[in-house]
Amino acid sequence: MKVITANFVTCAVKECKTSPASFPLHFHDAELEQQELDFQPEFIRNVIPRIDWEALRATANELGFPSLPDAKPEGQALENEQTLRDLHRMLLETHVSEGKLVCGNCNHAYTIKEGIANFLLPSHLGERIHRPETQWVTNASQFE
Amino acid sequence: MSRPEDILPPDLFYNDNESRKYTKSSRIRNIQANMTDRALELLDLKSPSLILDLGCGSGLSGEMLSEVPPDQGGPHTWIGMDISPSMLDVALQREVDGDLFLADIGQGVPFRPGSFDAAISISAIQWLCNAETSDVTAEGRLRRFFEGLYASLRRGGRAVCQFYPKNDTQRSMISGAAIKAGFGAGILEDDPGTKSSKLYLVLTVGGGGLPGDITGVVNGMDDVSVLDARRKAQEINNARGPPRKGDKAWILNKKEQMAKKGKVVKSNSKFTGRKRRIAF
Repeated sequence: MKVITANFVTCAVKECKTSPASFPLHFHDAELEQQELDFQPEFIRNVIPRIDWEALRATANELGFPSLPDAKPEGQALENEQTLRDLHRMLLETHVSEGKLVCGNCNHAYTIKEGIANFLLPSHLGERIHRPETQWVTNASQFE
Repeated sequence: MSRPEDILPPDLFYNDNESRKYTKSSRIRNIQANMTDRALELLDLKSPSLILDLGCGSGLSGEMLSEVPPDQGGPHTWIGMDISPSMLDVALQREVDGDLFLADIGQGVPFRPGSFDAAISISAIQWLCNAETSDVTAEGRLRRFFEGLYASLRRGGRAVCQFYPKNDTQRSMISGAAIKAGFGAGILEDDPGTKSSKLYLVLTVGGGGLPGDITGVVNGMDDVSVLDARRKAQEINNARGPPRKGDKAWILNKKEQMAKKGKVVKSNSKFTGRKRRIAF
């Protein structure tokens, strides 16, 4: 899982949608891997406005990266190739191959294996049809 | 040919063997490539974008997203979701560039609002019409999917979903669910009426970057005839024309006019405007 993806993914549980603690998800026991990828300045410029910088700083901290600048690079800073290369290296080339993503609200842990995160929810966390909890059972023999 | 949707749920149907066969078959690869090309044409992306691939399987469609040449606005970065572990395993062996998620799109799309420029889905969303356990419904799964997708696309974004509906009911169920979630929706049908007909549900968020309505998606494409269901419905309405003298609508109109003038008018009933039966 790329670091850029971690900046977009939220907890899949419906109740967590409304809680600010559900984003970003926190990495636990993460193993990192570097994979070479072609440098695309265009893509970085396109995606930077959508990145949640605070969340990215938190993620970088958890993964043990050197600290990022306080403010998101904007305008002139995006013309600097070295800045873009650094971002490319961090966002697209760094993969989390093993570990866990934990929601800060419901504490559900999504496991990452071989770079694939498991976001399948057990059925009690997914959406269900609400069936009444009490049932009226008539048993005629009781009244005879 | 039997439909895999009727045999087993997707995570069980695409087991190791089936996933390998699916990915190796040159016929399927060819069809998938053509459909992905068509979907990319409909998305009309101008610059390298972040794309969500729903039901990415072994990455046949995603692979093509990473291979779009720079002069056509590529290469794109993509994130894929699929429910079948075996399919994702094949994708892993093929070393695709996208990020993969093992997830059920019927449980929602777990991304922050406004994350993606576009979304693509090749032969996947008809699986949502099956509810495999008694505690979910097909309608609920479709609603959750489309609501999640709508939120995760940025304003002006588009989604193209190629799907195989079982019948017209499924087709309208899927497009209806998309419209209810807030999308602007249109359906493009390639080779209609033939065995190899392909349906593409084209969805837009906030106009989809088009100057007019959704029909603008196919502007400039060759061999596309536009059938506007809304216009057709309106034409049928107009064809009836104004009420003729003596029919029920005319009588009701006259009675209303008279009542407004303050005349005494008999109340309306189911017999208003009916002919009397011939009596002996």
